[in-house]
Amino acid sequence: MSNLEIRDLHVSVETELGTKQILKGVDLSIGEGETHAIMGPNGSGKSTLAYAIAGHPKYTVESGSVKLDGEEVLTMTVDERARAGLFLAMQYPVEIPGVSVSNFLRTAKTAIDGAAPPIRGWIKDLDSSMSQLRMDKSFRERNVNEGFSGGEKKRNEILQLELLKPKFAVLDETDSGLDVDALKIVSEGVNRAKANTGLGILLITHYNRILKYIQPDFVHVFVAGKVVEQGGPELAVRLENEGYDRFLSNAVVGS
Amino acid sequence: MPVQSRAERFTSTSVDDFEKVTGFEIEWKLTPITRITALIEGELDGSAPALTFSETPGVTAAWVDRTDARIGSAGAPEERASANAWSSFDKALAIDVTGEEPQEFVVTREATDSAPRAGHTVITAAPFSRGLVILRNSGDAQLTENVEIVVGDQAALTVVTVQEWNDESNHLASHFARVGRDARLRHVVVSLGGGVVRVNPSIHLVETGADASAFGLYFADSGQHLEQRVYIDHVAAQTKSRVKYKGALQGATARSVWVGDVLIGPHATGTDSYEENRNLVLSEGPRADSIPNLEIETGDIMGAGHASSTGRFDDEQLFYLQSRGIPEDEARRLVVRGFLAEIVAQIGSDDLETHLSAAIEAELSEAQGH
Ligand SMILES: Nc1ncnc2c1ncn2[C@@H]1O[C@H](COP(=O)(O)OP(=O)(O)OP(=O)(O)O)[C@@H](O)[C@H]1O
Ligand SMILES: [Mg+2]
Repeated sequence: MSNLEIRDLHVSVETELGTKQILKGVDLSIGEGETHAIMGPNGSGKSTLAYAIAGHPKYTVESGSVKLDGEEVLTMTVDERARAGLFLAMQYPVEIPGVSVSNFLRTAKTAIDGAAPPIRGWIKDLDSSMSQLRMDKSFRERNVNEGFSGGEKKRNEILQLELLKPKFAVLDETDSGLDVDALKIVSEGVNRAKANTGLGILLITHYNRILKYIQPDFVHVFVAGKVVEQGGPELAVRLENEGYDRFLSNAVVGS
Repeated sequence: MPVQSRAERFTSTSVDDFEKVTGFEIEWKLTPITRITALIEGELDGSAPALTFSETPGVTAAWVDRTDARIGSAGAPEERASANAWSSFDKALAIDVTGEEPQEFVVTREATDSAPRAGHTVITAAPFSRGLVILRNSGDAQLTENVEIVVGDQAALTVVTVQEWNDESNHLASHFARVGRDARLRHVVVSLGGGVVRVNPSIHLVETGADASAFGLYFADSGQHLEQRVYIDHVAAQTKSRVKYKGALQGATARSVWVGDVLIGPHATGTDSYEENRNLVLSEGPRADSIPNLEIETGDIMGAGHASSTGRFDDEQLFYLQSRGIPEDEARRLVVRGFLAEIVAQIGSDDLETHLSAAIEAELSEAQGH
């Protein structure tokens, strides 16, 4: 059984005003096939957690560990982490001019698998994932994320999730900017990946609505750089109704 | 705004009409002139060099005398190296495009001698003709040359000049184009190899409806100085121009210069013009100069704009690609290849596009020490 263990993670970022502590001791354990939702106010550090796991160079890990099946992830390069089985569906996917979706996907798949995928099977997988995500074939020849709408960018993230077959995925607000139909389509993609590969998921969201489609096993409340409460799916409903007020008594957003 | 209008620059076909170059002149101040003194000031061999041409229906090529009527029909030198070539050539290569079916004509220069040479080429596209003329340069050469391009009314011509010289070669080229009524010129400069390579296209849109696209691609490594000064001269009404040059620089002493002068003259009403230069700096140390100049002498235009940027490799793009498992080296290659591919795709010759993609690939692996 695969697992992802985050222990006492402290992360800072350099700002014009000096070093700013963002994550202040995050503990989380995710098992194979589990779905953990993370909910928390703006600026509480959710994306920072996602980026720190993926290895974004802007964030400095002060202390703590992130272990994938017992292997320390924090000493790996960004691409090594991905090849080890981590995936980040980004809140704001980056545009890559001049690189077509199909070229990008094939290059990534080849890197992850260590060998180029057999061409026939690959085209078939690509076609079927794209059609299930209701992405027109013309996207294959477009440059990665260039001129994509917000919703199209999110679908493209999930397309990669399906094709690259990671062990664990962090989905950073994959639901934001999606209309109801798109939300359903994207959620089905995530659920397919989960059913096919036993994917473990860390799902960052502000809304309960995606949790109706992607059932969480656990819900974590994230405030001021750490997890302050954990519960089951019912906690998400409560958070949506009550907001984060009861956790915020002595925390200022962004502090 | 330049101090002096581009239109007022002195021109002459005689080298003696130009002062000795000091390096302070506006057109030379960014060029390492000490590396090309022989081409600017020295004596030049003006005999016909060994070139090979492809056999192409609808295109003829011949060596002609200095007195040939086609010579001088597209422009005249604005600086001494160009005038030196003009004063020195014995034979000019005259290429006539007459076919109305688009054809590809390739002139290959695989030079092997390093004596300073003068060159002169006149490419004439007859009215209504279609064609693609490719000038491919490689080997060892010290060359200063002029290339005249005349695009007849309603013709559509593409001229591509490719520089893949050896490191020690130096090459100065001035291209002069006149684009006729409702005619289209696509001009592409690709500079990958050579020491000092300077290709300066001046495109004159002299008749109503003339249209020019000028593209460029360069990849400068340490020790290379790749320069291009593009001049688009909107003379007539309803003329259109697009300029897009993209360069990559890698290595401590890699150097590039792009100057884009656009002049919209008093009669060029309804002009639509845009010029753009993008540089991608792949390591510490390179210097890329990027200087757009726009002079507008009529109020009644469709549009005129410019954009210029010189940036380091985008870390967010790199992170995105790496986060999908792609190693850093390969991610960089993917992005640079993509960045330059936009220009390669403009050439319109499958063979050359394939060749250049491979050549860029080689530059990239070399840059990464593979
Ligand atoms: N590069 C940076 N420079 C300065 N501050 C930063 C930087 N990156 C993050 N921060 C700050 O760190 C805090 C946490 O940001 P983060 O993006 O992780 O929040 P979030 O929980 O994902 O918020 P949201 O719900 O709005 O997406 C915020 O106060 C943010 O302004
Ligand atoms: Mg966020």
